[in-house]
This record gives sequence, C-alpha cells and structure tokens, in this order.
Amino acid sequence: MTKSRKPGISRRSALALMGGTAVTFATPWVAGAQAKTIKVGMPTILSGRVAQLGTSSRNGIMIEVDKVNAAGGLAGRPIEMVIRDSKGQPQEAARVARELVNTDGCEILIDAEASSGAFAVHEVARDLGVFCVHTNSETSSLTADPKQHIPNAFRTARQGVHDSIVGGGYAAAIAKAKGLKKWATCSPDYAYGRDTTGEFVYYLKQFAPDVEIISEAWPKLFQPDYTEVVTKILQAKPQALYSALWGGDLTSYIDQANIYALFTQMEVFAVNMADYTALTVVKNLPKGIHSGNRYIKTYPATAENAAWGDAYKAKFNEYPTNWSWENATAMMLIAAASKKANSADGKKLAEAMKGLTIKSPFGADGTVTMRAEDHTLIGYAIGWGTTIPVEPYVPEVKSGDWKQILALEAEWKKTKGYT
Amino acid sequence: MDIDALTGCFASAACLVTQTTSGLIIGMLLFLVAVGLTLIFGVLKVVNFSHGAFYMFGAYFAMTAYQLSGSFALAMLCGAAGTAILGLIFERVFMSRVYGNDVLMQLLVCYAFVLIFDDVVKIVWGPEFRSMGMPTAFQIPPLFIAGGVVPPYYLLLIGVALAVAAVLGFSLARTRVGKVIRAAAHNPGMVSALGINTGLIYGGVFALGGMLAGLAGALAAPVRSLTPGMGFSVLIESFIVTVIGGMGSILGALIGALLIGLIRSFGSLGFPLFTEGLMYLFMVIVLVARPTGLFGKEVA
Repeated sequence: MTKSRKPGISRRSALALMGGTAVTFATPWVAGAQAKTIKVGMPTILSGRVAQLGTSSRNGIMIEVDKVNAAGGLAGRPIEMVIRDSKGQPQEAARVARELVNTDGCEILIDAEASSGAFAVHEVARDLGVFCVHTNSETSSLTADPKQHIPNAFRTARQGVHDSIVGGGYAAAIAKAKGLKKWATCSPDYAYGRDTTGEFVYYLKQFAPDVEIISEAWPKLFQPDYTEVVTKILQAKPQALYSALWGGDLTSYIDQANIYALFTQMEVFAVNMADYTALTVVKNLPKGIHSGNRYIKTYPATAENAAWGDAYKAKFNEYPTNWSWENATAMMLIAAASKKANSADGKKLAEAMKGLTIKSPFGADGTVTMRAEDHTLIGYAIGWGTTIPVEPYVPEVKSGDWKQILALEAEWKKTKGYT
Repeated sequence: MDIDALTGCFASAACLVTQTTSGLIIGMLLFLVAVGLTLIFGVLKVVNFSHGAFYMFGAYFAMTAYQLSGSFALAMLCGAAGTAILGLIFERVFMSRVYGNDVLMQLLVCYAFVLIFDDVVKIVWGPEFRSMGMPTAFQIPPLFIAGGVVPPYYLLLIGVALAVAAVLGFSLARTRVGKVIRAAAHNPGMVSALGINTGLIYGGVFALGGMLAGLAGALAAPVRSLTPGMGFSVLIESFIVTVIGGMGSILGALIGALLIGLIRSFGSLGFPLFTEGLMYLFMVIVLVARPTGLFGKEVA
C-alpha cells in the first residue's frame, strides 16, 4: 500500500527549506563564496594514443589548483576546473573551448592541447577575448610570429627554438670532440617533427659547420614498425643520429633498433628520451643516449623540484611528465598574477602576467618569467645529458645558457621576419 | 626520390640481405594478421573489422604472461590461446547473430567491438603505452650474413610465420578438417545437411583467425610499443594485403604480405617520402589489372 500525500510541500520539507534559508542568510560567506567560484575551462586530449598528454596535464594543474584553493582561491574566488576531452582533433578542441566559455561560463581557458589543437584554440581566444594560457604547444611560431599575437593569450610551455639552440650547441660540442661529421635524422612526419628537426640541424650546423646530413627518415606518426627505417639508417652508416620521435613511437623505435645493435654503431641524440613516460617504459634502455630534459625530478637538482616530483608521484602513483610541469606553471603564474592584480578578472590578469617573474621548482635559477613582449615562458630549466637504464636516468645534465639562448632566439626571429 | 640509393643497394650483397630480411619481417607479421582475416572472410563471408583487436589482445596477453612467468614460450602460448578463446566467444555470442544480416549491420557490430575492446584494454592495462622488452635469450648481437645485419629474434619470427603458413596450407588442402572447412566455405547448406555442425566450424575458424592475429601480436610485443588501439594501423595494412592477394586466399595473403614488406623496405631507400603511397599505388594497380586480387577467384 502506498501512503497518500497531501498536495503541496510537506511540513518537514518546509522546515528544512526555512532552516536552510536562515543558515544561508545568517552566514552570507557560504552563498557568496559559491556565487564567486571562478570556472577555468581546459580542453585537452583524454582519449586515444596520446591520452597521457591530457591526464598528466590534468594531474599537473590539479596539484596547483588544490594549493590555490586551500589558500583562498584567486582573489578570494575558489577555482572550479572544467576539463573536457578534445580527442586530439583540432576542430573538436575549438568547439570544446568555445562551449566552455559560452555555455559553461568559464572565465579562463587553459589550452592543454598538442600543437595542432593549440592553434585552433588560439583562434577561439582571439574571437572571444577570453584570458587563455597555452600549456603544451611547443611550436615556436605560436608566440614568436607577431601575426599570432593577441593581448589575452600566453604560453607556459617550452619553445621548440629554445630546445633546438641548446640541443644544437650540445650536439655540436660532442660532434667536434668525437669527430662526428656524418649525421642522419629520423623524426615523425608532421609539423612538430619537421620543425624541431629543421631547427636542431640549423643550430648544429651553426655551431659545427662541417657536419653533413647524409640520410633522413620520416616515419609517419604512430607507425607500428620501424624496421625499414632502422635498416635504412644502418645502410647510410652515419656517425650520429638525431631523432624527435616521442612517447610510444620512441620506445618502439628503441626496441626495434636495439636488436640491430644500432646504438653501438652511432651516437644517438633523442630530444624526447629523458621523460619518465619513455624512460620507465623501455625495458632495455641503451646506455648513453643523449637527450634534452623534458621532466625529471633530479634536474634542476633542487630540493623544491624533487619535492614537487615526489608529491606528484605520491598523489597519482606515477612520475610527472613534461606536460605536468608546464600545466602546473600555468596555474602558479595565474595565482601570482591574481595576487599582484588583486583580481581574477581576465583583462587584469593578462596585464599582471606580462613580464611576471615567479619562484618555480622548474626554473633554471629557481625562477621563471613570462616574457612581456611575446607572452612566452623563459628561464625554465633546459639542458642535455646522457641516459642510464636506472634512476636517476640522466645523472648529469649540461645546462643551457639562457643568455646565449635569448641572443640566438632574437637572431632567429629576425631571420624569420618576426621582428 | 633517391634512385641512387636504391640501385646502390641492389649492387651490394650486404644491403640486399638487410633490406630483404627487413621486408620479410614486416611481411610475415602482416601475413599472420591478414591470413586470419582472409580465412574468416573465406569461410564466414564476414569482413571482420575488429580483427586488429585480436592482434592487440595477443600482445597484451603475451606481455602479462611474460611479466608473471618470465617465460617467452609461455608468453607466446598465452597470446595465441587467449585470443583463440576470445575469438570463439566473440563469434558464438555476437557475430553468429548477424551472419544473415546486412553487411552494414556486421560492420556496426565489429566497429562497436573495436571501441569496446580498446576501452577494455584501457581499463585493464591503462591508457599509457607499455613495452614488453626483449627476452634475455634474444638480447644478443645481430648476425652478419654476407655483410647484412639480421637480428636472431627476427629469424625466429620469420620461421614461426613460415611454419604457420605451411601447416595451414597443408591442413586445409590435405586433412579431413580442412576439407570440411573448404566445403563449408563453398556450400554451408550442403555441409549442414550432411550432419556436420557448421556452428562449430564457424566458431573454430573464427578462433583460428583470432589466434593467428594474437600470435602476431605476441611475436610483435617484444619490439613494438603496446597501446590501446594498436590494432588499427595493422588492420589497415592487412586489408591492403588481402585486397592484393585476393579475399579468401591463403597463398594470396602470404604473397601479398611479402610484397608489401618488400615494398616498404626497398621503397624507404628509393622513395623515402612516398613509401606509404607506394603500397596504395601497388594496390590500385593490382585492382585495375585483377579486380579479384592476385589469387582471388572470380565469383560466379
């Protein structure tokens, strides 16, 4: 039997409602704080072969969001992250970004897309005027090209040209010392692979003019088998090999090249090797692969960096990636800008962010700076070293010199017609 | 285009040996996947779009077995047996329901399972890529044959695939079971009328196809990174192989796979920017000259 109910609100509900109203009015900060929540939208890649890009970006930013919220939020407004999957498709990234702002009411965008999607989100930021921080795209032109410049967008990721200057200089020093004149390259056949390889070779030749590229291989992105690429390089008999392969592609390549003993026949420079995503997965990591630092908790060798890496590991049961620190840096800078402007308003944040220097576990000298002129991050730890198969994986990292990086970057911008 | 590199290679025994074995390796793994695909099509008349998932499961099963036991042989066995069981269940529970249906319905079921299987792998093994690692027994320097480099592991791989091809060819042509399977492919109604359980044959063939793909995945696991969705690109190349060789022909799958392997290995020397394109170009030429594929039979 069911109980019959009188129409209208029950006495119990009415009491609860009145009680709730009374509490809300008596404690205005509860209702007020809820209304003032600031929504931060984040399109990223959470599915598919590079889902790790999105998950480690999300983890990286959440560590810092929790800290900001524990300290009272952005100018008193707690942050609510709205994180959506773009599936790695640029058009989907743009759609999600637009929806986050227009429908979900996000006041800040964290663009945690790969380069292909980042340019699409950048156009949304241009159109809507929303405050936007690009956290993963390393393609130099995103901030270096004045045509791309908008006052409301910033980048907290590495920049390809910075890595290439340091990598080119490091490789040239070894090339000179060991007499490595014949080089081969093997990089994924898409914008990132082509650009990064081109810039690396450019600076390698600048620093060591007698270097010659005798063979190039361009396997497609996510190719399962590299045998023909490995044997092609073996045929060319180069003294050194550069590769911009990354993630699962890089580990596949290493496994397949290993059984041809490729690593004993030439010096190998793989810019994306020194990231935990690759280091911890490869079972038989050859000794002595030269790599740029992506994220390792031992470089910069400071207590702050080690503590950050360990805290991340404790929370998510895996080590951070390159994308983790880039996203964490975005939130650190936003929090500092908000403190400086005493506001969470996008326009004021953008103004405060320009030229802002903050203490950072990822800084070459313990700080990083958001450069005012082109809204990109400088001063982050950047270096190259050789790998060993066990922790700390890259025992010694040779640091890049930021004075030299900035001077050469300025020259590069001139040659590109950017300044 | 780098024709000099290609002609230079043909003039050097070392280069020929290296590139030919490289082509054989690519081809043999492809053959194992493609032959399952072609067998299933030949008997069941179903294009199994979820075939790549069996390759993926084979690799993951092998990796897990290897991590737990440390035995490479057991890893291979688990990869093959696990996918055979999976294939049988998949066929009996799901595919058998859509045999009479429109091809679009079959496609839809297969595609749904591509997504479901990928997510299962994601849930069980995680979304990150994994690596099995080369077994210690094969962590030895490569052999040098006539100056060409040949890794011992790849010799094993080629040997296993050739053995599979020989056993398959022999069993289908000479044994009773083979004859029944061929009869079922030709006229399932008559086979059924003779009192032979066609459901069992269908399930068995699907399990065999799944097992071969799983074996390919297991053999590839030590040298390729494991990710959810890894079956997709292999499936595409297997389709090219079956189109070239002719749907339903085992010999066609073998020849098609070897041709694709050799096109990739020599093509990367002569046409480094057009290696992928060469495969498709070859497929187009075969389709124009022989629409049923090299060894495909005309449908009456």
